[in-house]
Formats: sequence, structure tokens, C-alpha cells
Amino acid sequence: MTTVRFNALSVSSRRDILHRLRPTAAWALAPAAAVLLAFWLLPLAQLVVLGGQHRDGGDSGYWQVLNSAQYLGSLAQTCVLAAVVTGAALLVGGISGVFLARQQFFGRSALVALLTFPLAFPGVVVGFLVILLAGRQGLFAALGMELAGERWVFAYSLMGLFLGYLYFSIPRVILTVMAACESLDRSLEEAARSLGAGHWRVVCDVIVPGLAPALVSCGAICFATSMGAFGTAFTLGTRLNVTPVAIYNVFTNYANFTVAAALSVILGAVTWAVLLLARRLAGQSGTVL
Amino acid sequence: MSGTTIRLQGCRKAFTDGTVAVDNLNLTIEAGETLVILGPSGCGKTTTLRMIAGFERPDTGQVFFGDSNVTRLPIERRDVGMVFQNYALFPNLNVAGNIIYGLKIRGLSPAERNKRCAELLELVGLQDHGQRHIHELSGGQRQRVALARALAPRPRVLLLDEPLAALDAQLRERLRSELDQLLRSLRITSVFVTHDQGEAMALGDRILVMDRGRVAQLATPRDIYQQPANAFVASFVGNLNAFPVIEPTAHGLKVSGGELPWKGIQAPTTVYCRPEHLRVMDDGGHLRGRLVGQFFQGAQSRLLVDVGGA
Amino acid sequence: MKRSTLFFAQLVFTLLVCAFMLVPVLLSLLAGLTRNYFVGVSGGLTLDWLVQVWQAYSPTVWLSLQLAVSCAVCVCVIGVPAAYALVRMNNRFSRAFEELMVLPVAMPGLASALALLLTYGQFGELRRSWLFILVGHVLFTLPFLVRPVMAVMQRQQLPTLEEAAASLGAGPIKRFFSVVVPNCRAGILAGVLMVVTLSLGEFNLTWMLHTPMTKTLPVGLADSYASARLEVASAYTLIFLLMIVPLLIALQAISARLSRGERR
Repeated sequence: MTTVRFNALSVSSRRDILHRLRPTAAWALAPAAAVLLAFWLLPLAQLVVLGGQHRDGGDSGYWQVLNSAQYLGSLAQTCVLAAVVTGAALLVGGISGVFLARQQFFGRSALVALLTFPLAFPGVVVGFLVILLAGRQGLFAALGMELAGERWVFAYSLMGLFLGYLYFSIPRVILTVMAACESLDRSLEEAARSLGAGHWRVVCDVIVPGLAPALVSCGAICFATSMGAFGTAFTLGTRLNVTPVAIYNVFTNYANFTVAAALSVILGAVTWAVLLLARRLAGQSGTVL
Repeated sequence: MSGTTIRLQGCRKAFTDGTVAVDNLNLTIEAGETLVILGPSGCGKTTTLRMIAGFERPDTGQVFFGDSNVTRLPIERRDVGMVFQNYALFPNLNVAGNIIYGLKIRGLSPAERNKRCAELLELVGLQDHGQRHIHELSGGQRQRVALARALAPRPRVLLLDEPLAALDAQLRERLRSELDQLLRSLRITSVFVTHDQGEAMALGDRILVMDRGRVAQLATPRDIYQQPANAFVASFVGNLNAFPVIEPTAHGLKVSGGELPWKGIQAPTTVYCRPEHLRVMDDGGHLRGRLVGQFFQGAQSRLLVDVGGA
Repeated sequence: MKRSTLFFAQLVFTLLVCAFMLVPVLLSLLAGLTRNYFVGVSGGLTLDWLVQVWQAYSPTVWLSLQLAVSCAVCVCVIGVPAAYALVRMNNRFSRAFEELMVLPVAMPGLASALALLLTYGQFGELRRSWLFILVGHVLFTLPFLVRPVMAVMQRQQLPTLEEAAASLGAGPIKRFFSVVVPNCRAGILAGVLMVVTLSLGEFNLTWMLHTPMTKTLPVGLADSYASARLEVASAYTLIFLLMIVPLLIALQAISARLSRGERR
């Protein structure tokens, strides 16, 4: 009885301190709020409204998008590609991440550093790197000439896009997995081992469930970045039928603002929905970004 | 430093969830006096200190420093010095930087600041430590820097919120006596919050014992110990034996384990006594019991005796 | 110590991943420095391509640097107080605000750029100015400063330190600058480095917002990939990497220090 009362008191006193400082704190938020309102919320609202407008007496932008096999196809293709990239990145990054977090060996930190640098490479540069790897004058083309007598060129297809997206997703997964591994309770693994679990059992029963929240939220971000990645697709060629490129084409080539806005809103909505879903699944693990 | 009288008039503080931390508190702290607020966790002692400091504003009632009403004044304009439980030293400043902080705000010239800083370092015995970083200091040294920082701007009132709680037992003892000497030589009005009765006894001119947001007793340490106002004060300060009275008899009171002599008119329901007021006898005592435990404590031994009953 | 076969299998796998990340970068370095990429290194090395790139594209480098620095300053000015407010408030409203702040990053950059363009594109003066791109960069990079600063603020015992400052006579503004900001320096520094790095490489927004007069480095890169010969494009990429890699190394050093502080 007494302890309960005491707990309630200490909690409420903390809340009260916050209450007292709130007016000052709210002022500090004002500049950020103003910028977000003027340059983000307002334009976003404009975009949503514009997507619903009827142009030249035709249908609204949303209706045009939802009725067009071409736009829906590009949307589906983008989603599938992003999902496949996410899965592959989680697998590859997960294996390497657990390995790097759990093993100590010479050159480990250098390896970690090298693997995480590409996180900040912009999409255009990644696209160029894919061209160097699998383009007409790329490494694989030369390799193919040597081995099979034909140039292996797949940079300008969905395969190239896949490689590019994988390229900037892997570092993110490795970083997240390593951080999550460090916060994982090692004694759980030791307990499982002491109960006679083999290596794979430990991985399946302890490590993967422990990493799951981090993997889900990181996967969602990989998905989101892959959905919106315009730079890579732009470098690899504007013929690729993914939604960012479609938006760009509609906007610049046909100056069809309504459809461009509608496509943007739908792409943003899908991305955001996936992020929200991941948050729900992973709980508040706070690794978003 | 001359002291300021602190007066709390009918102060009440309830939190947003409805719990009342302090209820109808009337209190006068005399100029130059050291008042210790003692009580268990959650009794409202910290809230009382925070109301005096200006961190909390009472829902009703007023706070006076001398003749001026400071109820609506924020802490930065109350001219108080405060020592925090975890010291709250600024990790980005060195020792001298911490001590000078308050002087800078009061607009003292660099020469004056350095002079005052040197004075205070000497006062707390850290003459050569001015350029040290906070993380290089031991717990006791941090405690002294916190004290020096609070005293540097010559505050009207010194507030100490469990300042010794984070130290180990031996160091606590030593700093306690140092602090006692310092407060006595400065004659500054100070309020000291603690849950440690030993600290309260040693430091306080008077002790305010609080229980569930109310004053249980306000008296000198001696009176608190020898004439506690109620069972709560008696049991919180020092050890206590309680004997529930089963029934009054012709010459005394029947309690479990025997009979106590009693000549009053109205019989009490419980008899309390300090352990040191009981004497172990070979034969012929008032109470009989079975020795179930014996704890050697150096200068004295503690005996656990079962006299039956609940 | 004896290693299991599993260890070596994982090591080889990780090295392969590393090769996938690294080989293209090395290829690009090589291509930027060889006289003729088709002939290979045997054709000789040269700095001619770098010089040529610098002559053609140096304005993009300067504009990108100018943008990155301005962006970092703007984000600091609005982001640090915002982080402070969010940590302090910690209620439903502040969490919703945090969500709102992250949204520009979660949304495809193209969509954000389109929204900005359709709303403010009609103001010719702003549209033609580099400030238009700056707005986009600030929106996009804001959470990358606010997040680390908030993390540091939550870790420090800031409320008590502030109370200590208040008890010594410091008002709210003085407290913010003398106690809050100095004790979050590491977080602010990490955030600023991240913001500069991201701003230097931002393409998705910038491509839509730029004009022929306001070409940034990544826009120039995209140009050169589309039109210039491979060696020039590679040399240009090399310049970009030279700018960005030191920043990334500094960033890693700081985040290592921050996470050590977390464990302490």
C-alpha cells in the first residue's frame, strides 16, 4: 500500500516538472513548426488537392492513375522490386551484420567502416557504380567476353536497378543489425547453449527473434528508400518502368501536373503505409531513419 | 552572510493526478538557522524544499523570504543557493568554471570573480583543483564543489537536497561534520532535506519531521528524540519498542510478557519505550521473554526478545 | 584460437559483400585516373580528366558546398531548439510533431519536390534562386540532426543541470545557451556532419528543384553520366568521393565516441 502510493507520487512529480516548463519549451519548437508548415504541410496539401482536380474536362488524376494499366503496372513493379530488394538486403546484411557484431578478428573495424561508407552515397552515384559493374564497358562485360565470348550487360534492366538498390540497402541493414546485436542479451544465447541447443537452433530460437524488431523497422526503411529512389533509376535510363521515373516523365515530358501529383500522392501513401505497418509490428523500437 | 527568515503560510501542493504532496504547511525558519526536513520517501519533504527554492509553485498559500513575498518569483530571481543530490555540476565547465557561473550571471568583474572563486576553493579545501575537470573528481570532491558553487554568489538561503546520499558511509560521516562546521560559521539560513535520522540529528538546529504531506513534529533534535509527538516520529527517529496494552490491572498494565507499573487515571492503549531504557536483569523484572537473537554492534549489542503476543 | 568452418564461411561471405560494395568504387577511381579505360592501366595514368572536370564543373562543387554549409546552419538554428522542445515536452503532441518531421524523409523525394514546385514554383525569384534548393535540403535533413541531438539530450541529466543553473540565477535563454547547448555538442556535431554529407549528395529533390543556373554536384554528376565520356564521369565521381569520404570518417569517429558515452 505504502509503496504504491510512493510510486504514484514520484511519477506525478516528474510529470509536474515537465508541465511547468512547457510554455518555454513550446516556443523553441516554433521555428521548426513554421518551416514544416510552410514548406511541407502546405505543399503536400496542395499536391493532394491537385491530384484530385479534373483537367480538360477529363477524370481526376487519381481516377486516371487507378484506371491506367500502365501506371498501376509501374506501381506494382516498383513495389515488387522494393520488396525483393528488402528481402535480399535483410538476408545478406543480416548474415554479415551478425558475423561482424559477434566475432573479433584482425581488420574487423576496417571492414565495418568500408561496408558502411556507401550508406551516404547518393542514388546517382550508385547508378554509375552499377554501370561500371554491369554496363556496356563494365566489369561483367569484360568477364563475359573472357569466359563465354559475349558481353554480359544487365545494368540497364530491372536487374541493374536491383543491384543498385541492394547496394545502398546493405550498409543500412548491417549497421542496424550490428547495433541490435550489441543490445541483445548474450546470456540468453548462453542459456540456450547450456540447454543443449545447437548452433542453428540458437540462431533460429534466440538471435532471429531478438533481432526481429530491428529487422522489421530497418526493412521498412529499405523498402521506403527503394520505392522513392529516383537517382539510380535516372542514371540507369529513363526507360525503366518504375513509379519515380513515371512521375518524372509525366511531369517533364507531358506537363501533366494532375497525374504527376496523383502518382506522387499514391506512391507516398503506399510508402508511408508500409512504414506505419512496420512500426506497428516492431513496436516502438525507435530505429526509424 | 546574514540570514533571512523563511516563512511558509498555508502552503498546499497537489499534483495533476490528485495526490496531495504537501497539505496546509505553516512553517517559519529563523534567520541563520539550519532546519532539517526529515521523513520517509514520498512524505513531501522534497516538494517543500522545491517550493522554498521556487521550482514548484504552491497551489494555495504563500512563501516569504524576510518580508518579501516570493511565491510568484521563479528560482533564478530568488537568490537562493542549492546543492543537489547528484551535485548537478556542469560537465562542460571545469571546477572554477562551475563556481564562477553564478558570479558571471550577477555581472561581477573577472578580477572579483577570481578572488571569490579562490576564497571558496579555500573554504572547501580544494585550493589546487580549480582547473580540474569534473569527471576527474571523486564523489567527495564533487560534493564540495557543488557546495562552493551554491555559496559563491552569497545567496540569502542555502538549500540542500539529500547532498550526502550518494556518498559511501565513511565519507558521509566526515563531510557531515565538515558541513556542520561550515554552516555554523556562515550563519546562513539553510534547509537540509534528508531521510537519514543520523544526519538530521547531527546537522539540524531544529528538525521538521514530515509524514504524508503534513508536519508530524517540529522541534530540536533532543526534543524530537526524547519527547516525540506521536508514534510515527518516535519510530522514525531511533528504535522503538511497542507494547499493546491487553488490559489495565490494579497496579499497572497487562501487556504480553508481563505487567508494567502504571498509576495514571486513563490507561493508554500502547506503551512505547526506547531500547536503551530497558535493562536486562537476572531475575525480578517486569517483563519476561525468550532471547531469540543477539546482534553485536560494537559499542552496544542489540537483543531480540520474544515476549509473546502479536 | 581455433576457428570453426562456419566462421570462415561467414568471413568469406562478408568479404564478398565487401567486394560488391568496394569493387565498383575502385573501378571508378581507376577509370578517373587512366588515360583510356578501354586500354586499361597499361595505357598510363593521368590527372588530365580531373583537370578537365574541374574546369567544366567547379561551379557545381562550390554551389554544393555553399548549400551544405547553409543547410547545416539553418538546420542547427531550427533543429536544436526543436530537439530541446521535443525532449522537454514528451507528450502526445510532441510525438506527433516528431512524426511529422520525419515524414519528408519517408516520402519519396520526388513527391516532396513536386509538392514544393507546384506550390512555390510560380514565385520566379525564389524559383530561380539557390534558396529554393536549400528549402528542400533543410526539410530533408532536419530529422537527421534532431534525432542524434535528442538522443544526447535524453541521456544527459539535463533537467537537473538546468535546475542547477536556474538556482544560480540563469534565466531560460541563458540556461539554453550555457547549459543545454554545450552539453549536447557531440550530438550536434554528429548531426551537422550527417546533414552536410546528405546535403552534398542529395539528388532526388535537387534534380526537380534546380535550374540551369543552380546546378549542384549530384546534378552535375547525373549530367556527366548521361553525356560525358566514362573517364570524365569517373573523375567527377572521384572528386565527389574525395569530398564525402573524410566527412564519413569523421562521422564514424564521432558516433563511436557517442556510443561509448552511452555505455559509460
